[in-house]
Formats: sequence, structure tokens, C-alpha cells
Amino acid sequence: MTTVASPVPATLAPSDVELLRRMLLVRRFEERCAELYSASRIRGFLHLYIGEEAVAVGVGAALEDGDNVVATYREHGHALVRGVPAGAVMAEMFGKVEGCSRGRGGSMHLFSVDHRFYGGHGIVAGGLPVALGLALADRMRGVPRVTACFFGEGAVAEGEFHETMNLAALWTVPMLFCCENNLYAMGTALARSESDTDLTVKAASYGMPAWSVDGMDVIAVREATRRAALQARAGGGPVFLELRTYRFRAHSMYDPELYRSKDEVAVWRERDPIDAIARRLTGAALLDADALEALDAAAMEEVDAAVAFADAGTDEPLSDLTRHVYADRRGERGPEEERT
Amino acid sequence: MTSTTCREAMREAIREAMLADDRVFLMGEDVGAYGGCFAVSKGLLDEFGPDRIRDTPLSESAFVGAGIGAAIAGLRPIVEIMTVNFSLLALDQILNNAATLRHMSGGQVGVPLVIRMTTGGGRQLAAQHSHSLEGWYGHIPGITVLVPATVDDFRGMLAPALADPDPVLIFEHALLYNAEGELSAGSIPPIDRAVVRRSGRDVTIVTYGGSLAKCLVAADQLAGRGIDAEVIDLRSLRPLDDATLLDSVARTHRAVVVDEGWRSGSISAEVSARITEHAFFDLDAPVLRVCCAEVPLPYAKHLEDAALPSVERVVAAVDEVVNVRA
Repeated sequence: MTTVASPVPATLAPSDVELLRRMLLVRRFEERCAELYSASRIRGFLHLYIGEEAVAVGVGAALEDGDNVVATYREHGHALVRGVPAGAVMAEMFGKVEGCSRGRGGSMHLFSVDHRFYGGHGIVAGGLPVALGLALADRMRGVPRVTACFFGEGAVAEGEFHETMNLAALWTVPMLFCCENNLYAMGTALARSESDTDLTVKAASYGMPAWSVDGMDVIAVREATRRAALQARAGGGPVFLELRTYRFRAHSMYDPELYRSKDEVAVWRERDPIDAIARRLTGAALLDADALEALDAAAMEEVDAAVAFADAGTDEPLSDLTRHVYADRRGERGPEEERT
Repeated sequence: MTSTTCREAMREAIREAMLADDRVFLMGEDVGAYGGCFAVSKGLLDEFGPDRIRDTPLSESAFVGAGIGAAIAGLRPIVEIMTVNFSLLALDQILNNAATLRHMSGGQVGVPLVIRMTTGGGRQLAAQHSHSLEGWYGHIPGITVLVPATVDDFRGMLAPALADPDPVLIFEHALLYNAEGELSAGSIPPIDRAVVRRSGRDVTIVTYGGSLAKCLVAADQLAGRGIDAEVIDLRSLRPLDDATLLDSVARTHRAVVVDEGWRSGSISAEVSARITEHAFFDLDAPVLRVCCAEVPLPYAKHLEDAALPSVERVVAAVDEVVNVRA
């Protein structure tokens, strides 16, 4: 391995309880999503992030409000962490007009420009070039903003990954390549898809720092991201972060998990990132059992409220079916805005 | 009236856009130091510098995607792709992102991006540099597809394309770059309108881009034999200006569609279908099409010439529809 970040073990601060709160919210939100999927309230594809929460929460904690995020189709957690209201995310999965993409996107395509959250991309590696462009615009205008782009390790096999890595380094854009390495591209193990399974070697060959980070440790993720963001924001160019994590649940709701053993999953579950940070906070006397219970109850309550909001949502009228294909140009093209 | 070429007209349009708006920049393979594969951007690097006349590596998907991201972020990129065949390497970005993001985000994410590329055959460049795939792009909702055929349109289409809040693709037939014409004073018609380039009473020839000149020559030859052909330049393949087409067919009662793309599933099929759907009872003859032969374009000149629409084939098709007795 070329470069392994061993972030200074941070002393926990009282404010770090917030990390746990966010991880619990993401976990409880997604557990409810799975139930709602079984109840046919949510349809389409549903990809759960359970087990990987330390990545979205850790990276999110290191970003500033004005930074950009581009994510994948496994992005409920990233949206919640960036502040997209849980109700708007749930309503999106219910296909309601109150959803953060007006019910046009569903689980895989959450968007919120107000939160600088630019999707929700369903094509593996397809979000990378877009993130490059967002970062390029900031570079050209001298805006000290960072664009964090999440993608799975499966994307490393795509040409768009390599093209984007090369251009990001060549143009020294302020971009963070956040590789969520959960070891499986759907059902294909890393060793069965990559000639060299050390992803930092490939990344470093593009002339950018490439660090491997324990993605089950939210503090390690946050500290590495802080370091990376500092460099990118200061004009030092992009950084590649390999965030080593594991997906506890199936790839999607249709996955019988034939490609990995229950024992393997059980071993990783021992390293549950929520338990891990809860233990550390407890050890540092920043959390006790009552406080943990209260946090969990608050997360459940927020999820309940999100479901209630989505339940009360409305269907977009069919007359709006072809809206938003083009910008509305009222008076110029008639009500349907169709250009056929 | 000033005489210019389509190449110079497009260069001047880019220059004007860059001077008028510092959000505009040009990005693509060899647009800078080389001066553009077809010399369209020659001299612009010296004037605007490497930040705004941005050479890219051979990474179509990444630089088109970067154009999308920069457009979302508020810039106004012009992305040049060397040829339409190479654009297939960026098709993921064009279809899955540029054309889709506004709708998929419920109207939040607009992509005001212009993508220019060359298209068309006739230069003996064989089967990976010569095809006319603009009709495919016309299939995609969410984008606008422009096909300039005159110096006025090469000069005038870029500014409204850049002003558009959604992606606009401009297909420039490579044989037109050297074509000369007189630049008209004043502005061009709206970019989503077809234009009657030659009025006539007996038959409507519908075409665009590199085939317009062939159709006008054919119309002159037909006029010598007493057949008065109207020639319509589509100018835009999406949207298609149905009104102009149908108005013409209502007067001439006959139509021939000329398109350098392959016939099956082509834009000419779409034009023909619309005429049939909306003007069936105006027609005195079936709508005929003159398209590229269904073959990857060959290198040998005689074979390539035989594959592409020609004046002779246009004249023959018109003769055929005119000879149908109503």
C-alpha cells in the first residue's frame, strides 16, 4: 500500500455525540425503509447503507455547509447528513410531489440544490465527471469550495473513473474522491474484478495523495477527510480516500447474497460502526446508557415524523407529466413545455 | 453583406460569446494549441488564454461530464467533440446526465451546456469518422438538436444555444466548414423553426445540414424540367417544427425527405411519420426518403459516393412522387 493515512487519534469532544446521533438517524431511517419496502410503500430499487454509516457521517462532518456533494444510488445517508429533511427523502421514495426530487427520482436519485446535494446517480462512475465539472467551476472562479464525490470500489473498473482522476489531478481541482470500498460491486468481490486490489496504488498513479482509511471508524474518516479538504480547499488539488467499509445488508432488496458467506457478514457485524463510536463515547464519559437510549428514541421519532410527512404527501397531477424535461418557458411554448 | 465561410462564422460566434460573457469557455480535444481539428477555434487561445480555451485529454466522457458539472455550477461551457462517432464515448454523460438531470431532480438541476461536434461523410474517412448520428440524438427528450446548414446559422445559432437553460447539441457537417456564403444583416429566425429555403408548388423536399445544398441543386435541375420544388431546411431535429412541414405539404401534396443518416429508425422516418399522421389526406403520393445506404461508410470514393444521398437520387425520388397520379 502506498500511502496509509494514520490520522492522529483524536481526543473525543462532547460535540462528537452528534456523529452518533447522525449515524443512528441514518440507521433507523433505513431500517424503516426496508419495512416500508416489504409493505410495498416504497418500490423500484432500494439500496441500503446499513453498516457503512461512518463513511457518510464522517465525511459529512468534515465538510462545510457550502461544499458540494455528488453521491451514488446508495445515498439516503449522504442526503440526510447534508441536511436534506428526512421527510423530503421519505416522500421522494413514496413518489410524492413533496419529495426532494418531486417524486421523479426515487431512492436512487435524491437531489437538493439548496443543500448543494447533486444526486443520487444510478450509473456507476457516472457522477464522477459531473463532480469534476462542479469542482472545475470553483477552480476557475477561485471559490474556496470542495466537491466531495462518493462512489463504490466497483467504479474503479470504469473508464469514467480513470478519465476523471486524470483530469482532476491535471487541472488541480478541489475535489475529494470518496471511494466507499465495501468489497463487493453488487455481487462481484474486489479480488474478482481488480488486477490490483490496492486501490490507492491506482489512485496514486494519477499524481494525487491516496489514503486508505478505516471506514468503520467515524473519527478516522472525519479526520482524514478534514486533512484532504484542507489541501483541496487551499488549491492543492484532489485527494483520493479509500474508505474501507462493509455493507451489512443485501445489495438491494432483490439480492439473495449467494456471493458471500454468513460468517463473513457476521465478522463484519462485530465491527458495527455505531456500536464502535458509542463504546468510545461511553469510555470517554461523554455518553451513558440513558443518553444513548434518548438519542435512539429521537432518531426513531424523526423517522416516524418523516413517514407521517410522506404519508400525507400528494401525487403530482398527471398534467405535469412532461414538466421539467426542459425549463418552464411559460408563454413561449405553451403549457406542456414539450419539445418533440 | 459580408462573404464568409461556415468555419469563420462559427469562430466569430464563439469569439463574440466569449467577449460578451465571461462565464463562457470552450473545452475539447485540440481546441487550443492545435487550433481545433477543423481549425474552427484557430487563434482563440492567443486571445482568451488556456483557462477559457481549454485543451482536454482524449477523455470524451470526463470532459463532457465536466461541462455538465460546470454548467450546473453556473458557467456556460461550450464543449467541442471532434466527431459524432467519438461522441459515443460520452453518450452516458449526454443521455444519462445532461438530458436527464433536470427532470430526475424535479426541475432543480438545469444543465445550460452547448456541445458542438462535426458530423457527416463525403471525405473518404471511412466508417469511424463519417456517420450522421444526429438523428439518434433527436430521439432524446431533454436536449435540443441543431443542424446549421448556412453561414447565417453557423454564425447565429450559438448565442441562442448558450442562452438556453437546457443542453443544446450543434451538429456541424464537416463539408460545410469551407462553404462560403453571404452573411445577412440582422438576426436569424428562432432556432426551433424550420425555414423554407426555396419556395415551390409541386413537391416539398425536407432536409437539413450537409444535404441542403444537394437539395437546392436538385431543385434547380427539376425547375429546368418544369417541376417546382419547395426546399425546407429543418435547422432543428428536436424540436421538429411540424407546423412549417405540414403547411408546405398542404400546399404541395407531395414530400421527399433527404437525410445522411441510415434509413431505418432515422430522423427521416420521424419526419415521414409526422407527415403521414397529420397530413395523410393532403398527400397525393407516398412520402419517399433519400438516406445513406445501410452500410458502415466505406473508404473508396465511388463506394462512399454511392452510399450517400446525391443530387441524382434526390431528383429521382422527386420524379417518382411527382409521377404518382392523384
